[in-house]
Amino acid sequence: MNRDELRKAVLEELSSIAPDIDMTTFDDTANLQDAYDLDSMDALNLAEAVHKRLGVNIPDQDYARMRSIAELLDYLTEKL
Amino acid sequence: MSANLPDYEQFCAGFSWDQARRELAGMGNGRLNIAFEALDKHMDTEAADRTAIRFLARDSESPADISYRELNERANRFASVLLNLGVKPGERVFGLSHRIPDLYAAVLGTLKHGCVFTPLFPAFGPDPVRQRVEIGEPAVLVTSERLYRRKVADWVRETPSVRHVLLIDQHDQIPEGTLDATALMDAASGDYPTRAMDPEAPALLHFTSGTTGKPKGAQHVHEAVVTHHMTGRYVLDMRPGDIYWCTADPGWVTGTSYGIIAPLTNGVTMVVDEAEFDAERWYRLIQNQKVAVWYTAPTAIRMLIKLGPEMPRAHDLSSLRFMASAGEPLNPEAVIWGREVLGLPFHDSWWQSETGGIMISNFAALEIRPGSMGKPIPGVEAAVARKTDDGIELIEDADETGELVLKKGWPSMFRGYLHQDEKYRSCFAGDWYLTGDLARRDADGYFWFIGRNDDVIKSSGHLIGPFEVEAVLLSHPAVAEVGVIGVPDQVAGETVKAFVSLKSEYQPDDALRRELMGLARKRLGPAVAPRHIEFRDELPRTRSGKIMRRLLRARELGLPEGDTSTLEGSAE
Repeated sequence: MNRDELRKAVLEELSSIAPDIDMTTFDDTANLQDAYDLDSMDALNLAEAVHKRLGVNIPDQDYARMRSIAELLDYLTEKL
Repeated sequence: MSANLPDYEQFCAGFSWDQARRELAGMGNGRLNIAFEALDKHMDTEAADRTAIRFLARDSESPADISYRELNERANRFASVLLNLGVKPGERVFGLSHRIPDLYAAVLGTLKHGCVFTPLFPAFGPDPVRQRVEIGEPAVLVTSERLYRRKVADWVRETPSVRHVLLIDQHDQIPEGTLDATALMDAASGDYPTRAMDPEAPALLHFTSGTTGKPKGAQHVHEAVVTHHMTGRYVLDMRPGDIYWCTADPGWVTGTSYGIIAPLTNGVTMVVDEAEFDAERWYRLIQNQKVAVWYTAPTAIRMLIKLGPEMPRAHDLSSLRFMASAGEPLNPEAVIWGREVLGLPFHDSWWQSETGGIMISNFAALEIRPGSMGKPIPGVEAAVARKTDDGIELIEDADETGELVLKKGWPSMFRGYLHQDEKYRSCFAGDWYLTGDLARRDADGYFWFIGRNDDVIKSSGHLIGPFEVEAVLLSHPAVAEVGVIGVPDQVAGETVKAFVSLKSEYQPDDALRRELMGLARKRLGPAVAPRHIEFRDELPRTRSGKIMRRLLRARELGLPEGDTSTLEGSAE
């Protein structure tokens, strides 16, 4: 899976957790909490959804560090 | 080192609120001011140059220290700004901001000027913010540029009470119709004579959610500081100079009473972390800042437990002396986990926006009963009662479930719901305040939480009124009926779930479900919006047409359905 495909998959999962986010203008580097109002529960749900879909287990101590989708994609690229 | 309250029974027997009042500095002639107790009283003492706020910005872990003297001056500047703008004592100031030092200065400056402060949770969406502003009619709204643009700008011109929007925090450019409060504070006088207030003068207005209708604004007076100070000292065991960390956001009552007022009146150094929950950062913070007293919440504790014991064991947490929890009942496993993994038990405590401060708690000097909310604080009489035709009857027998009631008269008791006198009166039966919580008392006087006697949802420690959520979903053209309930969640206690039935011309599908979720999140914010939406052909209703949330919940959780005699379609 290349980064574009990975991004598509992650954004799909994000979109089902937070359907209020407008994906057409999504900024990968924006802070998810500040720019898109994601709270820690959303972050936990995203980590679980990504695990289920991609089989990458994000240890709990790591998910708090994924402040943007770009950071999450970097992390996943390394693991996959 | 023994606790500030070394013997519970003896202390309670000798305690009076008058004695607690004498522990305050006071302003003479029976007058006082919460901000005076928090700041001014320290100015002629060694505490003046002690650190009041140790601020950790989100992207940094090197703290910025603000002394009591500096915080006092900054609060004076905010009070001067209010004065210069012509804001009158008694008018309301609302705060909607992330945890930054000028928010604390704004709260205390508001009180110094004799205005009433209302905190708003920054994760609220625009709807809950607007609704509270419409009810509370503040003259001033203090916020940041980012929150203003996202949650306020669209509607604030339609709320005529708001004369000034003051922006704290850095900003790129000042939006039209707002003022740069940072610059105004920099230019205003750092001297301000804190107003000596009548102890019964309003000081704080805290919004809380009910089952039906709009949020209620619980009004508190300056005298509440008697409870704040006393519980900080004797329940949370604060000592001058302690490093203290309350993880609650000042947008809620815990973060105001115990994240601003009680720590400052007790002369401790409070850690303020701008970042949201991050387990490793939290452990590092306790270790590096040498936190002695830690006040946190069950949801956070359960998240820490989930991450396992390795992380805390890799940190030196030996500075901790006392740990407490509030917001919702703490499960017994969490109390025990604290003892086994962190080396100290959590002391659970119980209180509400209406009580203004901790009312029932586990104490340092008492045996902890894991799962129990503890015993009443000195000066508070608590009981369990059942309703009768003409009021209530106290239940004397141990282990009987009834409504938790508190004898009127503690200083931080709310003095009213703003514009809802009748609702306020209905909270009392004779001398007793009816809490709306069900509890039992064991033979040794420990209280145990059983549940709410209404449909209010408690998620991550925050009260959520189902009606607020239902109203937003009902505004969607496809929606015919909605019932919103809380479903158990391992981490958050409860999460919000909505059952939706659609108008006949609409089909339930995933796209519509997401559209509804998106609508709710956009308007209510993630803390209030449902995390689950389920479509149903129809919802259980009473014959009068009211959705029976209780039955939805019982069916969802496989509980007994109870009395369904008023259910639509049931036998007469």
